[in-house]
Amino acid sequence: MARNGVFSRRKRSEKIEEFDDVLPSFDSQEVHVLAVDDSLVDRKVIERLLKITSCKVTAVDSGRRALQFLGLDEETSSVGFDGLKVDLIITDYCMPGMTGYELLKKIKGSTTFREIPVVIMSSENVLARIDRCLEEGAEDFIVKPVKLSDVERLKNYMFGEDGMKSEDRRRINKRKSRESLDLSSSSSPLQSQSSDLSSTPSPPSVSSPSSPQSISSSPIHSPTPCSPTLLGSPTRRLKMTNCD
Amino acid sequence: MLGLGAERLRADMNRLLALLFHQGVLDEQFLQLQQLQDATSPNFVSEVVNIYFNESEKLLRNLRGLLLDREFSDYKKMGIHLNQFMGSSSSIGAKRVRNVCVAFRAASEQNNRPGCLRGLELLEHEYCYLKNKLHELFHLEQQRLLAAGVRYPMQN
Repeated sequence: MARNGVFSRRKRSEKIEEFDDVLPSFDSQEVHVLAVDDSLVDRKVIERLLKITSCKVTAVDSGRRALQFLGLDEETSSVGFDGLKVDLIITDYCMPGMTGYELLKKIKGSTTFREIPVVIMSSENVLARIDRCLEEGAEDFIVKPVKLSDVERLKNYMFGEDGMKSEDRRRINKRKSRESLDLSSSSSPLQSQSSDLSSTPSPPSVSSPSSPQSISSSPIHSPTPCSPTLLGSPTRRLKMTNCD
Repeated sequence: MLGLGAERLRADMNRLLALLFHQGVLDEQFLQLQQLQDATSPNFVSEVVNIYFNESEKLLRNLRGLLLDREFSDYKKMGIHLNQFMGSSSSIGAKRVRNVCVAFRAASEQNNRPGCLRGLELLEHEYCYLKNKLHELFHLEQQRLLAAGVRYPMQN
């Protein structure tokens, strides 16, 4: 078992596409990360790791505080709370009170926030734990201690190769897919939001190499989708076919 | 003459670090912390390590308190403290302290009182050694900066 591996798995219904056509350029705004860890030492380290990779960081010491920050806490009413936009949540697994896993579930259960990628950190390299988190929708799982290379990989994930933030790309995806015609291999957002799309959930076979739509030239998709931005992950390398 | 002082101190620091690595007291995570220190965060390592010292001493006090109770030892709570101690030790690269925590935790999971007492003894010993050595390292660094600073007098 990898001593400090990064694992991830995508839901079968998701597909990733590459943007080859020209898109309106977005401001490369700083990525805002919400870090959750009950350990002050770890908070200090993760904060520094993120800042050194040019991220804005908000570090909180509990799941409860994380929810409060997002405006999801039931006790503090958050009607109309805009909150600072969060691009990624990175949380420790083992925390008193609400565990990282419970926090993950709460976030993925929220219509407003489930699009935000959540990464779990844990000092224990337990496969069952990793699987459970990924099944619940975690984007990645980092075994502690967290290193610069782990955080840099996350950044590649939040920003695609086109330099666009994943949240912005999702917005574009949604807009483009609504504009497109009948699709067999349509685009879909990075997160599972295929309910409003006409695409089939899991294509049984490889789609045509050059899609007729005007969206973009999609790479050949295997049933297990892959992202060109996540080439660093060892697990993903195993699952990739010819994604480029 | 002063320049030599700074260089010698740097050599002393490197020698000490090499020793600590060789002894397994520190691992590569400590180097990672050093990489995170730069002009924008010039005291990062000592700041994190000082937080670690404060937290660790609290945890050691708690563990001692839990074991002092002969009637009932809350092994579960001990485990929680040890998990915290393990986590923070691994985050700063304190390999030997972390490993002793692992052994201590195993004893607590078996409700093994003598094993826990031994674990605590070992843990306190390792922690003390680590703290002394890191203080020595920081002291050398401070002296080196002073020596290097004097070599370059203030420009107008």
